[in-house]
Amino acid sequence: MKKGYKLIYKRPQTLTKTRINYCPGCFHSTMHKLLMEVVEEMGIQEKTVGVCPVGCSVFAYNYMNVDMQEAAHGRAAAVATGIKRMLPDRYVFSYQGDGDLAAIGTAETLHACNRGENFTFVFINNGIYGMTGGQMAPTTLEGQKTTTSPYGRDPEKIGLPLKMAEIVSQFERVAYVERVSCNTPANTRKAKKALRNAFEYQGKKLGTTFIEVASNCPSGWKMTPEQSLKWLEERVFPYYPLKVFKKPDKKEV
Amino acid sequence: MGEIRLMKGNEALGEAAIRAGLQGYFGYPITPQSEVMEYLAQQEPHHNYVFLQAESEVAAVNMMYGAGGAGARVLTTTSSPGFSLMQEGISYIACAEIPCLFCNVVRGGPGLGTIQPSQSDYFQSTKGGGHGDYHTIVLAPNSVQEMVDFVYLGFNLADKYRTPVTILSDGAIGQMMEKVELPDPVEYKPDKPWATTGKTKDRERNILTSLYIQSEDMEKKNQKLQKKYEKIKQNEIRFDEYKTEDAEIIIVSFGLSSRVSRKSVDIGRAQGMKIGLFRPQTVWPFPYEKLREYADKDRVKFFISIEMNAGQMVEDVKLAVCGKKPVHFYGRMGGIVPDSYEVIEQIKKIKE
Amino acid sequence: MLKEMVFAGFGGQGVLSMGTLIAYAAMKEGKEVSWFPSYGPEMRGGTANCMVNVSDEAISSPIDTEFDIAAVFNIPSLEKFEPKVKKGGILIWENSVIKKGPTRKDIHSYGVPAIRTATDKLKNIKVMNMVAMGALLKITQIVKKESVLTALKGTLPERYHHLLPLNRNALDMGFDLIKTK
Repeated sequence: MKKGYKLIYKRPQTLTKTRINYCPGCFHSTMHKLLMEVVEEMGIQEKTVGVCPVGCSVFAYNYMNVDMQEAAHGRAAAVATGIKRMLPDRYVFSYQGDGDLAAIGTAETLHACNRGENFTFVFINNGIYGMTGGQMAPTTLEGQKTTTSPYGRDPEKIGLPLKMAEIVSQFERVAYVERVSCNTPANTRKAKKALRNAFEYQGKKLGTTFIEVASNCPSGWKMTPEQSLKWLEERVFPYYPLKVFKKPDKKEV
Repeated sequence: MGEIRLMKGNEALGEAAIRAGLQGYFGYPITPQSEVMEYLAQQEPHHNYVFLQAESEVAAVNMMYGAGGAGARVLTTTSSPGFSLMQEGISYIACAEIPCLFCNVVRGGPGLGTIQPSQSDYFQSTKGGGHGDYHTIVLAPNSVQEMVDFVYLGFNLADKYRTPVTILSDGAIGQMMEKVELPDPVEYKPDKPWATTGKTKDRERNILTSLYIQSEDMEKKNQKLQKKYEKIKQNEIRFDEYKTEDAEIIIVSFGLSSRVSRKSVDIGRAQGMKIGLFRPQTVWPFPYEKLREYADKDRVKFFISIEMNAGQMVEDVKLAVCGKKPVHFYGRMGGIVPDSYEVIEQIKKIKE
Repeated sequence: MLKEMVFAGFGGQGVLSMGTLIAYAAMKEGKEVSWFPSYGPEMRGGTANCMVNVSDEAISSPIDTEFDIAAVFNIPSLEKFEPKVKKGGILIWENSVIKKGPTRKDIHSYGVPAIRTATDKLKNIKVMNMVAMGALLKITQIVKKESVLTALKGTLPERYHHLLPLNRNALDMGFDLIKTK
């Protein structure tokens, strides 16, 4: 480094040097970085095991420099359960999209939460199936057009978008539920803090921790990144409010 | 000598697993295997393993994936419909090369079927079962003692080859009681440098995956798996014989139906027929070579495959015999066990 | 010498445990044994049975088609298994519930009032199977009475061990019901 310069920002060594392949403007890149920064800052790289889903982040293990298992579609919660039960002193997380966590894997998600499995869900909710080319997700908004809801999501036909954070916060053994986003610098900082809280609660064995990220998908939504941010503010946040749904008692923490 | 007990096949399976160093059991209740779960649930406080009743067989097999991938010695047991549900997971486990032991206590199908014993999952178990080019090692016990021995063997083979192993049991072996000698407990010390236990500074991160998006990489992965399967075929074929030394008629049978057939050998011999029994103990890999040797012998007149299904293993017997001698089949379906005299009647009919 | 046996009756009559005790006792006497139950919905309220083989050599099939010894405790079981007793074989039938006994002349049949003995003399219908067991031991000498008592101790959970004297009593009473042999 040049004399007189001070290093104020760098790539965490918990991220590999592989170039990230996500679409421009997609929150996956940011969330990968925040998550891995938390792992680095807590000094728990040696004790962290992640589970990737099937979806856009199927290759998360190419970017995250921690031990990882690739799960079958929807089964990340079961896989994470298996890992955590065998290695209770490790930090385990699943990183899942909405199709994975809230459609094909709903049973595994709800039962893991009900058991209070002591791992962290990082749930990227972008309201669409990105990887397969923009089909309707369980979290697609009412009236939102996708390739399989070309006339807009019709609740009469398919019901309303699932509110997973609201649902899982009902379980006794779920310790911490927060919905965050990273559409602005302030929200990004909050998102990182939420991830940090989740990992710390996990370390204290308080129960399931669940971070939902109200995310975007410029490609799937057929928008520019800027338009996608506007859509988030105008359409997504009113239905999926950013807030803490549940947190542990102060004395537990 | 180990401890002698009178035990049900299902309970013996549970006890053997504990003694072989079980670390994680994940399962879902289904008749006729539930005694395994019940036994392991009851014994859990006295031993150092995790018992977890999953929300479905789909979840159970994926818990196996996670726990096996974390380096643990893991077991699940189920029965036919549940085994079908697990096939997706087994395909992933085979490709990610995670050691796991499965036991299918087979009941009659298709569909919901019956809870009575059957061997109608032979194809499913030996020819892959799920999607893609893979095999699991398939052990077919025919007694409670062999059930115990195959639990030890199954765990060890799973570790040795980093592969899923299936014990192909059936409702009858699971439910019947016999005398067993239980081996001494082993202290399990796994050596699994590939396991996802947390990336330490001295190694690269461990990744367990079955995803190889580039065709060239996927082909390479497949070639690696096939090479492993060839090695298993060379080293791990197991079979058992009864009075085949001078046999003119060879019954081929596995699992429970081989017990029925063994009695048929005695009945037939008492009536002057030179019958012998050839029993594959591994149905994958199948002992083709050994059977072919019998096909080449002049004294051998024909083969008959006795099964509790519509004729599944008989296809492998035909492959082995390769048209050199006639291969017949007799079986019962739907949970009915053929009786030893029925088998003799069939043999007499063929002789005429 | 291979002995092929079946025990059959209503679920709850204790036929499965009768078979278990014989198998356990024979195992303790150094024999090879197998025990094979009917299972599933059949067991719940319907007719249950178990096949037991005892032999000096390895047992081929745990499933039998004909029997040296059959013990039956209800009419459907009598109807099912009487024809399957080997010529010269033994059929023991409970004669306080089965009014019309076996008709075959080429087998040895014994009517045993196990239920009446258990209810009238021992005031506990649950030990009916032990009364029948006593009779069976006297008739067949398949295992020693002491071995059955050892088996009972070995298979009964400890919290039921206070019932051991009652069971022994039932066994003796059944034994004495048979005057011949």
